[in-house]
Parts: sequence; structure tokens; C-alpha cells
Amino acid sequence: MNDGTENIMDLEQQNSNFPTTELETVTIRFAGDSGDGMQLTGNQFTQSSVMIGNDVITFPDYPAEIRAPAGTLAGVSGFELSFSKHDIHATGDRISVLIAMNPAALKVNLGDLEKGGILIVNSDSFSKNDLRKAEYDGNPLESEEIQNYRLVQIPITNLTLKAVEESGLSHREGGRCKNFFALGVVQWLFDRPIDNTRDWIQQKFKKREEIVKANMMALQAGYNYGITTELFHERYHVAPASLPPGEYRQITGNQALSLGCIAASVQSGKPILYASYPITPASDILHELAQHKNFGVKTMQSEDEIAAVSACIGAAYGGYLGVTGTSGPGLDLKGEALGYAVMVELPMVVLNIQRGGPSTGLPTKTEQTDLLAAIHGRHGEAPIPVLAPSTPGDCFYVALEAFRIALKYMTPVILLSDGALANGAEPWMLPDFEALPELEKEFRTESQNYTPYVRDLNTLARDWAVPGTPGLEHRIGGLEKDQYTGDVSYDPVNHEAMVLIRDAKIRRIAKDLPPLKIIGPEKNQLLVLCWGSAFGAALSAVESLQQKGKQVSLLHLQCLYPFHEELGNVLSGFDQILIPEMNLGQLSVLIRSEFLVDAVSMKKVQGKPFMVSEIRERIESLLQG
Amino acid sequence: MNQTATIFPSTKTPPAEMKKTDFVSDQTVRWCPGCGDYAILAGVQKLMPELGIPRENMVFISGIGCSSRFPYYMNTYGMHTIHGRAPAFATGLKVARPELSVWIVTGDGDGLGIGGNQMLHMLRRNLDVNILLFNNRIYGLTKGQVSPTSEQGLVTKSTPFGSLMTPLNPMTFALSAGASFIARALDVDAKALQTTLREAAEHKGTSFVEIYQNCPIFNDGTFSEISERSLREDRILRLQDGEPLLFGKEQNKGIRLKGLKPEIVDVNENTDLSELLVHDQILSGMNFPDFPVPMGVFRQVKHPRFEESVQEQIQNQIEKKGKGDLRKLIRGPQVWEA
Ligand SMILES: Cc1ncc(C[n+]2csc(CCOP(=O)(O)OP(=O)(O)O)c2C)c(N)n1
Ligand code: SF4
Ligand SMILES: [Mg+2]
Repeated sequence: MNDGTENIMDLEQQNSNFPTTELETVTIRFAGDSGDGMQLTGNQFTQSSVMIGNDVITFPDYPAEIRAPAGTLAGVSGFELSFSKHDIHATGDRISVLIAMNPAALKVNLGDLEKGGILIVNSDSFSKNDLRKAEYDGNPLESEEIQNYRLVQIPITNLTLKAVEESGLSHREGGRCKNFFALGVVQWLFDRPIDNTRDWIQQKFKKREEIVKANMMALQAGYNYGITTELFHERYHVAPASLPPGEYRQITGNQALSLGCIAASVQSGKPILYASYPITPASDILHELAQHKNFGVKTMQSEDEIAAVSACIGAAYGGYLGVTGTSGPGLDLKGEALGYAVMVELPMVVLNIQRGGPSTGLPTKTEQTDLLAAIHGRHGEAPIPVLAPSTPGDCFYVALEAFRIALKYMTPVILLSDGALANGAEPWMLPDFEALPELEKEFRTESQNYTPYVRDLNTLARDWAVPGTPGLEHRIGGLEKDQYTGDVSYDPVNHEAMVLIRDAKIRRIAKDLPPLKIIGPEKNQLLVLCWGSAFGAALSAVESLQQKGKQVSLLHLQCLYPFHEELGNVLSGFDQILIPEMNLGQLSVLIRSEFLVDAVSMKKVQGKPFMVSEIRERIESLLQG
Repeated sequence: MNQTATIFPSTKTPPAEMKKTDFVSDQTVRWCPGCGDYAILAGVQKLMPELGIPRENMVFISGIGCSSRFPYYMNTYGMHTIHGRAPAFATGLKVARPELSVWIVTGDGDGLGIGGNQMLHMLRRNLDVNILLFNNRIYGLTKGQVSPTSEQGLVTKSTPFGSLMTPLNPMTFALSAGASFIARALDVDAKALQTTLREAAEHKGTSFVEIYQNCPIFNDGTFSEISERSLREDRILRLQDGEPLLFGKEQNKGIRLKGLKPEIVDVNENTDLSELLVHDQILSGMNFPDFPVPMGVFRQVKHPRFEESVQEQIQNQIEKKGKGDLRKLIRGPQVWEA
């Protein structure tokens, strides 16, 4: 097949003559029009990087509009990734390489490129018209500012068209291969193999052979272009990271949640019903789970979020694991039914993937603004445990933990992920299957002395009696129930007793949580306390300061309601507490009121994760007092 | 994982002789004296033993309203859920446990006001469940506000100068949603109610039964024009599948089509019965006083049932891919060693 591989031997020869510079960590951003395939390109680059053993963190950033007018600022889609020879926890604050497929992508992203960084542009897309659409007055490639960067202009469109000439694709379709050309160039520049991408193209487009051929040609042409032109004077190499030994795969937060749900089903021996209404950034979980029906997973797209959560509770009454996924606006809609689940004490899990709010807000951007809504966003005294994962891979374990708590305590549980975890990817060490928690939970079958609200004296959980069991026919509902008989009761003293029992049940979870893992000394000058995806940047900041001997420790709070029973003690070991969150200080309000400590809140609500330097600087200034 | 029988208790043996009283729970019924709900409860309790379904496999699910208190009075499994959402709870349960006999009890406000969307999609999905919609054309539990089925002009607490909206016709609603079984019954007409309920129970698919129900407290007599014993036979039309539309005490009136519009004609021994309309969808729009009110089964068709299709897809995937293997799934498409 004439796909540009014919002279490969010569080229490899030339390749090895190229000077190569060793780097520790590189941050690249691929940016282009929403239709340019930047997410795909970024994902492929990520895949080749993990395969050669780098640690990788990704941050896809795409617009809410599916296809804003081509070439406009609104339509710019970006995919950022950092890859490193070290164990990294957040993407870089500044990018070292920017690939801009058009002027709009340049305009939106140039500000994040470090001075002296490599700027690769598709020079074919800088016509007057392109510049106008990107609201440029003159050509930025001729500006003074651009001299701050190492500009590499490549006529990507034309080179791609030439490369795919023989594939038989139309001009239009041929032009679409340009992201693979760009990918080839960058893969060469950073010394990544392209075999993986080739396999992937083969697989992905197997129904259209001419497209397979064209994409392969474009990829190879891009790769060869790096070698044969004199545009680059050196290549870069990032050595494999020394991750803990073991088997790894790449995983996003949403994938990990989906796998966690299936694992919970296997470990508990109970089938799953996943009912959900589409909403960014949660829809991928429905898409993923719908693929795995051979695990007995039942999935359905409900008519709205209210129906989705209600179906889960109905299924839970029948003995299923009910799970629903959503994001902010959907969490609001589920509120009433969640209060009901508290009242009837049935196990279920809500996966809430936070995005920018309020209202429709920033649908594709990340935020941590639903914490108080998750804990307090229901009428009445309606306590629900709230958990948060710290990394994409951690989503798997926290999903299992959510089901453990839901089943053991017969309660709904809310898991708060966020856009950055959901779409971000990282290499993930495969779990130790033997060590996965057993999630056994027996149904009640004994009919003697049964009432719907008889409880386990340890956990205060009521018994799970499912339809089909003779002699256990019973009615549950949202009206208050007598604590002994389970009949409807309006008795004031009984109501207070039931409110207190439901509260005590959830509070008992505080004693039954995995130990708090403090990174750094347990007594120290400063504790950075965080939850959710803010952990990544916080960890990088804290590690770098610890290496400099600074007296700072870090704690990720997996359980945000109720707080771990040791948390008060832990906090008292520190002179200062800093809480960075992508909201206006929601966790810090809780910490201050619960423990009466003068925690310092660090707020950011830009729809973007924290930068490592932001947190580092804040810690430093606090340490200096 | 999908062999629910191995995970969940399930009784296959036919139940021992059961009586109506076996379905009466120990809770005191708390509807107002004279409420039409009593008659419907009695009718359902009477029907249950005749269905040959183990009691422990029956679940009654309701929303909120006077009518929605129903499950508390049935000695079966039951859920009194939240306002308007009973169809969604029932969907989850029936998808999970297709072997259960699931009944939804709802009101005109619960099922067609706040829960209109849930009802619409319930009917589209066609699970094998039964829906009993108690229509008293008023919000009973909240003490007498206008409902989606209230007649235009109705004076209620929330519409002291008369309701401004046209009423929703539950039959037309269910038809346009594509429901596979649609019927109407009258609380005080015990025998016909019984027949209709049985037909609903026997239908494989979602059965939607609107039951005219008197609320003596907030909307007394809303159906008396047709439900009064002395007037009833002249003002209701008892539907019989495949039979010409005849009504009247003496069965001396019929309905035929004039162009596209139905009209009433006198029937005597000289009438050509084949000219009379055989009952079909045009019926759903017919209402008193222009026409008699049709009662009984309006439509019954066979559609695939959602819970079975869900199970089929699972079965197909298992046949295609083999039973799910967690380790394989977690490993994903590509694994490498560090
Ligand atoms: C979310 C919510 N809104 C309002 C109510 C108050 N509410 C309870 S029952 C009802 C109307 C019930 O009317 P209908 O369904 O016709 O039942 P009926 O009492 O007439 O049998 C309303 C508005 C509620 N329980 N929940
Ligand atoms: S208010 Fe009306 S519907 Fe409600 S119980 Fe009383 S009579 Fe029946
Ligand atoms: Mg009503």
C-alpha cells in the first residue's frame, strides 16, 4: 500500500541523526475549530504517550456549541495534555507547545503559551477571511508579539491534500485529514511511535477503506515532514515515568465511574438499573453503560431527570442497584425524589458531574459549585452522604464506596465528580481484583416480627424486603411513619424521633470510612484541605513545596457528608488551613461551622481548574504569614 | 446476573384459595364518607383473588392525592411515592422485576397535571402494568382547586370566577400517546367496573383506565348527569368489541357516521345495523350532552412490551459477547506494564 511508508528506512536513518533534547514535563495544547478533530488528535497523542510510559494528565476543553460558525472564536475546541517522566497530578499552568489550526484557535490560546514556547500554525488558514472571522485586524503571524515564541508555519491543508491525493477522497474529505498530518508532525517532534495511531485508524474507519488509507497517508506525511524539513532543529524526548510497577490502562473519570458501577453490581451480586436523562458532562456514563448489557446492566434514557431518579428508587424497591447520572440542573430536578429516598430508606446512587452554574451556566466547563446543594438542597431534614473522587481513576473506587455505603446504610448517596475529572484522562493502575470490597447485602425473608422500619441496631439501616417475598407485603411512602409499626403517623414526638434516627444513621457513617490519608506530616504549619479535582493541582503544589522543605501537608476529603470522625482531630494538628475550591468557599463554610476553625478559603469560579502556581503562591504567602 | 429468579424470591406455585379480605390491609380507610374511591377500592380488592397471581407478587404504586392513598389499603406490596411520578417509579420496578404485577393508582391532577410527562411516556413505553386514573375533575387532597380535567367555567377555590381552560380528555390523551389499552369506567357502576378492570389486568401491555369518580366534598355530582341510575343507560354507551354502537335502556339508539362526524339515530327493527358505527377511535372525543359517554374498552392492540425488549437486548448481547467478565472489561482496549 502506498501510504507514505516506502522510504521509511532512509528516514529512520535521518531521524537518528537529529539532535534530541531530554525534557522532564511537556504540556501541549491542540486547538482548532470544533470540526477539526482536535479532541481525537489529543486523545491519540495521549495514547501514544501512555504507551511509551509517560505519566499523562489531560484536560479537554470544548465549546458548548456543537459547531459554532467555522473559524470563529466561539467554535474553538482545545485538548491539553501534560506528559512527564515524573508522577504528575495536574496539567501544566502554561503550555509549552501550541498547535493552532486557525487564527481563532491562535487568538483564544496564545495567552497560555509560555514565552519561548513552540507555536505550530496551519499557515493555509490565515487568509484575510480567516483573520476576519477570528476578529484580527492584521495578520498576527507578522506581529511583534509572535516573536516571543518559536513560530513554525506549516501549510498543513495543502500538504495534507497533496499527501492524500491518491486515496481517491474528494477535496473536501481529503482536507479533513489535516488533523492527522498535524498529529504526525507533533508525534515526530516528541519522538512518539505512530503505530498505535495507525492501529486505531484501521479499527475506527474499517468500514471505509479509502478513509483509512487517507488518514494513514496524512499521518505518515506529517511524521516525515518533521524529518525532511529543516523547520525544527531538534527533537524532544521525555523519558518514561517511574510509576509504581504494575499494569496500567488509560482512563477518564466517566469511564471509571461506569466501571465502578458494574464492579459494584458484580461484587454485590445485584443487577443495576441505570436511568438517566442526557446532560453534559454526564451523558458519557449512559453511553458507556449501555454498551455493557452482557453484564445484565439495564439502562434507560428517561423522559426527564425526575423520572430517572424515580425509576432508580422503584428498581431499588425491587432489590436492584439504582443509579442515575446527571449534572447541576438535573440534580435540582431530582431533589424531591431524593428526599423521598431518604424517607423510604432505599439504597441508590446519584452521580452528579458538576459543571459551571447556576442554570445552564457553562455546560462544558468544570466547577465545584454543587456541594452545598448536594448536602442541603432538599426540604426537610433529609441527610444524604456525599462523596467526591480525587482523580479520574479514583472515580472507580469512590463509585464502589458509594454503593457500599448505600447498601450498608440503606440510603441514597450522592457522588460529586466534575467536568475536569469526567473528561480528563490519566494512566490508571489496574485494581487488585481480590481486594475489591464485597458488597453483600441480604434481602429479608423472615416474616416473623417484620415491620418496614425494623432496623439493624448497629447501622440503623432498615431491612430490605423486596416484592415477591411471601409474608413481607408492606407499604412504604413519603408520609412520616411510626418508628415501630411503620404505619403512617402524624404523632409529633414520633416524627422527631424518626428525624433523629435518620440523622443518626447517616452520622454513623462517619465512623465507618476509610482512614484519612494525610500527605505529609500529621502535625504541621499548614494543611491544604481539598476535595474533587482541585486535588491534582493542590498535590503538585504541595509536593513541590515539601521538596523545598516547606511545612505544608495535604488532605483530600473523600466523604464530604458526614465528615470523617477523625477530621476534627486532624485539623487541630495544623496552625493554618487552606481550602482551595472552584466555588465561593462551600467546603470552607462547612469546615468553619462544624469545627470552629479559621480556615482560609481560596476561590476560583472561571470554569477552569486551579493552576499549580496559584495554589503554590497562596501557600507560600500563608506560610510567610 | 439477569436470571432474576435466582436473585429474587419468586413464587411460581399458584396461590391457595384467596378471598377479597386477604387483600384488605389493616389500615383504616380515611377517605371522606361517600367518596367514590371506596367503590373503586372494593372493586379492585374483589378482583385480585380472581387473577391467580400470588399476593406477594403484586405492587401498587401511587403518586399524591386522595386517590393515591390507595396502596395503604391494599394488603400487597406498595409505594406511595411523590406527586405525579408514580409511572416513573413503576417503570423502574417493572423493568427490574418483570415478573411482578404492577398497578399504578393516580388522580386527574397527579397523572395529567404535574405528572403529565411521566404519563405520556409511560404509555409510549408500554410496560405490562395497569394504570387506574381516578378522575374527579378536581384536586381533592389540596381541598378543591381546578384540575386539568375540570370543565371550563368550573368555580373552584382557585377559580372563583370560573376556570378558563378547556378540560383535557384523558381518552384522547392516551390515544395520541399510542397507549395499547384504553378504557373508561364509572365508580358507581360496579359490575362494568369489574369487567373493565379484569380486561385491563389481562391485557399484556400498559392498560390505561380512566375511572369517573365522585368527590362529594369538592366537586359533588360532577358526573351525575350520566351516573344517576335512572339516566345512566340513556347517557352512556357500553362498548363491546366488534359490536355496533347501541345504547338506551331499550337499546333503541345508535351512532352512525355522517361524513366524518358521528350522529345519533333511532334504532328499530327496520334499521340496518351495518350502518351503525362499530366502535373505534372517533369515540374518544364523544361527550355528554351531544352524545352518550362511552364506557368500556376503547382500544386494545398488541405492542412490544418495554421490559421484555430490555431483557431481549441483554440476552442478545450475552449471546453475542458472552457473559460479562469484569476483569476483561476493566482492562479495556489497551494495557501496558510499568
Ligand atoms: C410537588 C408537589 N406539589 C404539590 C403538592 C400538593 N398536592 C397534593 S395532592 C395534589 C392534587 C391532587 O389532585 P388529584 O391528583 O386529582 O388527586 P385527588 O386528591 O383528586 O384524588 C396537590 C396539588 C404535592 N404533594 N407535591
Ligand atoms: S376530598 Fe373528595 S376525593 Fe378526597 S377523599 Fe374526600 S371525597 Fe374523596
Ligand atoms: Mg382529582
